[in-house]
Amino acid sequence: MSKFRNSGAKELPPISTASLPDIVFMLLFFFMVSTTMREVTLKVKLTVPEATELSKLEKKSLVSYIYVGPPHKQYQKVFGSEPRIQLNDQFANVSDITDYITAEREARDEAEVPSMVTSLKVDEYTTMGIVTDIKQELRKAAALNINYSSRKKVERD
Amino acid sequence: MAKKIPEIPAASLADIAFMLLIFFLVTTTMDVDSGLRRKLPQMPPPDQEAPPPIKERNIFVVLVNANNQLLVEGEIMRVEDLKEKAKEFMANPADDENLPEKTLKEVPYFGEVPVTKGIISLRNDVGTQYGTYIAVQNELVGAINELREELAKEKFGKSFENLERDQQKAIQEIYPQKISEAEPKRVGGN
Repeated sequence: MSKFRNSGAKELPPISTASLPDIVFMLLFFFMVSTTMREVTLKVKLTVPEATELSKLEKKSLVSYIYVGPPHKQYQKVFGSEPRIQLNDQFANVSDITDYITAEREARDEAEVPSMVTSLKVDEYTTMGIVTDIKQELRKAAALNINYSSRKKVERD
Repeated sequence: MAKKIPEIPAASLADIAFMLLIFFLVTTTMDVDSGLRRKLPQMPPPDQEAPPPIKERNIFVVLVNANNQLLVEGEIMRVEDLKEKAKEFMANPADDENLPEKTLKEVPYFGEVPVTKGIISLRNDVGTQYGTYIAVQNELVGAINELREELAKEKFGKSFENLERDQQKAIQEIYPQKISEAEPKRVGGN
């Protein structure tokens, strides 16, 4: 046995792994800080349209989302296959938007309310009827900053 | 002599950290939400008078029907051609009689410059697809952004995004983003 041990006197010393936890922790903190957990589970199918003139939403904490699209398979029995509105984790009606906006406002600082943005995540194939209803409702609620969520268009030839 | 407390082994620390790391790697989503930014008009007060009529030459009418077809200023058009047409309308370089009027306006950095009175009016049908609507909006915003970009290059020799805040404001005053949306009509079936 000992034949194989200590055979070469000039063997390379093993690489010290003592700093490995530090490196891993560094990566860990990076991901912990940069991560944003998905807050809601989508109950609607959603492919947002493509566009080129995009602007980024700066402050995520000031954004409230409205999702519109046809419900997923498991909800179609109850809610049908026509596009529906989802607020937070529930299906909602157009008339619920005012309450939603009010609730979102109350959760924020009063000084931040004017810079709040409502992001509309709407499926490409939705018809404009429902979108216009939402917009009217937002106007009534005086939530005038909106953002039509869209993907960056990939150039194709 | 008291018994020495044995050292806590730190060998498994890396494993624990790795586990956490992998958890965050999997759950992380780095996408920044982006989109077309718009501002909705305020709800008009109920006793508001009708606004004064706008001359026809100052309005750029874009209609989208339930079959996602475009009618721009009375002509059928494809979405791809809309940007050029909108640019021509907003800039009106040759002071064409059918294109919008201009008024002289005092703008910082530029002095007195003619500013267009043109307004883009967009009306869609209830049955229009959202994707088409966004494509049209995108072209219209793109037209104005391109005009601003050209002006910024010409005047300051820099791209619009790299300008100072008040320089940007001046250019925005010359090329305002006036896109008005009319209430949709329910004409195209469904």
